[in-house]
Amino acid sequence: MIESYLPILILLAISVVNAVVILGLTYLVSPYRPTSVKSAPYESGMPGLGGTRDRFSVKFYVVAILFIVFDVETVFLVPWAVAMRDLGWEGFAAAMIFIFILTVGLIYEWKKGALEWD
Amino acid sequence: MELDFQTSVDYFWALLPEIVLSLWAMGVLLADVFQKGSRSEASRPAIAWLALAGIAAAAVANVWLMTVTGTGGMIAVDGFRIFANFILLLAAALAILVSMGYLDRHAMNRGEFYVLLMFAVVGMMILASAQDLILLFVGLELMSVAIYVLVGFNRRDPRSGEAALKYFLLGAFASAFLLYGIALVFGATGTTDLALLAETIGTGVQDAPLLLMMGVGLLAVGFAFKVAAMPFHVWTPDAYDGAPTPITALMATGVKAAAFAALLRVFAVSFGGLHETWVVAFWWLAALTMIGANLVALTQGSVKRMLAYSSIAHAGYVLVAVVAANAVGAAAFLFYLLVYTLMTAGAFGIVIANARGDRERVSLEDYAGLGWQQPVMAAAFAIFLLSLAGFPLTGGFIGKLYILRAALAADQVPLAVILVMASLISYFYYLRVVIVMYMRPAPAADTHAGLTASRPLQVAVGVAAIGVILLFFAPAMVLDAAQGSVAGLFIAQEALFGLSRGP
Repeated sequence: MIESYLPILILLAISVVNAVVILGLTYLVSPYRPTSVKSAPYESGMPGLGGTRDRFSVKFYVVAILFIVFDVETVFLVPWAVAMRDLGWEGFAAAMIFIFILTVGLIYEWKKGALEWD
Repeated sequence: MELDFQTSVDYFWALLPEIVLSLWAMGVLLADVFQKGSRSEASRPAIAWLALAGIAAAAVANVWLMTVTGTGGMIAVDGFRIFANFILLLAAALAILVSMGYLDRHAMNRGEFYVLLMFAVVGMMILASAQDLILLFVGLELMSVAIYVLVGFNRRDPRSGEAALKYFLLGAFASAFLLYGIALVFGATGTTDLALLAETIGTGVQDAPLLLMMGVGLLAVGFAFKVAAMPFHVWTPDAYDGAPTPITALMATGVKAAAFAALLRVFAVSFGGLHETWVVAFWWLAALTMIGANLVALTQGSVKRMLAYSSIAHAGYVLVAVVAANAVGAAAFLFYLLVYTLMTAGAFGIVIANARGDRERVSLEDYAGLGWQQPVMAAAFAIFLLSLAGFPLTGGFIGKLYILRAALAADQVPLAVILVMASLISYFYYLRVVIVMYMRPAPAADTHAGLTASRPLQVAVGVAAIGVILLFFAPAMVLDAAQGSVAGLFIAQEALFGLSRGP
């Protein structure tokens, strides 16, 4: 049983070597001339605005939860859609139950006002 | 009806109580959110009664499940599960009844409370019926996540938030142990199916005994966290103390019973072949829990905290039945969980009732003179405390008696002695409350005036008190049911090894 995991071990080893070689080569070969602008967290972006430990509105949290609902839905439904013909009606019923439960959650959030910002 | 789990429809029937309760909980969620538009406070109790009706509907489905037999699926369809389900539904119903007045007093009467409670019970029922380690984990998480939220439900009370955070962090930690244990057991045996595990381990064909033992050990640690056995109990007093009291009652009864049901199924049945190995660990867990928890409970000034330690001590008594790991032990286990659920839920019900406004009166002094000013309430509390201590004339006595018998049947004489000694210690702190209630005068004539227990709470406490008394005078009915329920549990194992521990 252990032998069947050998390809994974080889893959792991190759990716580690690969990462070390690429990072090591860039470190050794590339020129390194820092300036204050280049050392900023977002080079060629917006300048930073204050610290990161600000207090956020709890509404962001609700939006994040909403995002997760749809995100997880997609993660499950795309593979299901690909394999739908093989899964047949049983798979269809299972997916419908899943969507039903998510819909209940969505209706709840909607009525709670999570979809309105104010 | 005969289920062989060849098609998905069989799973639908096997999971009927859980499905009924889940759908009902979703319905309650929507009903609550749609009635909120009308902003009528008067319709709020309706949500609680709706939730209670859902518990009743699940119980009806559970009764129907008694006519069903089935083997081979990820869900066990056996008497053990049905009996455990009844205990869990009873715990949920009592928790809902004692919640009704409490939530109003603490200004946190929101429908989500009952919805989360119902989802937690679905998780508990899956935990008690899982025939596969992965499903067991799903049930555990479903239960735990809902309970984490419920512990912190009193948003305005910082102690509630603290309790929720502590419970969440240590609960997540315990889940990690459990999951790692499942992974190692799977690595060693190639299966997560509990029945297959019993076969694989029983025949002694193991590629990696060390891997298996590590997996079993990690599972034991994870379960010990969940049932709050010493030395894995440190989260318990704080979480129980800070949580809203109805949720404390549910955690001490339902959560614990569900985790114990899964523990018994996994260890006594699936790891039955390794009994000689794990029994040592559980022997020490049981002994340490019984002695340690009872000693610490002696020093508690708060009645709520004392009851938290008492529930840890009772986990130790139940672990004795697990150590016995025979049919007598399993029946005593179910009987004890039932008595324990009744008396613990009842005792927490009294703690809820002994409050004025949103101020809980949990210190020992707050109970002084209660026996004369609130005779009914004090009498009920005395019944529960005496039952927790294991006095004759209460169900707690019979429960301990059966556990002792199971321990003796399994030749665990030292453990039986420890159980009796630990019970003797516990007499002190249980009886202290009774003495304070009846012997110490109240500071004023109207100290305990105006403690109005809501009607549903009175019903819950009354049912629990009658149940506790009834289980002393007519234990045979319940015990016969418990013995019948566990009849099939050890058959596979005994057929494998030709061994039967105890009669």
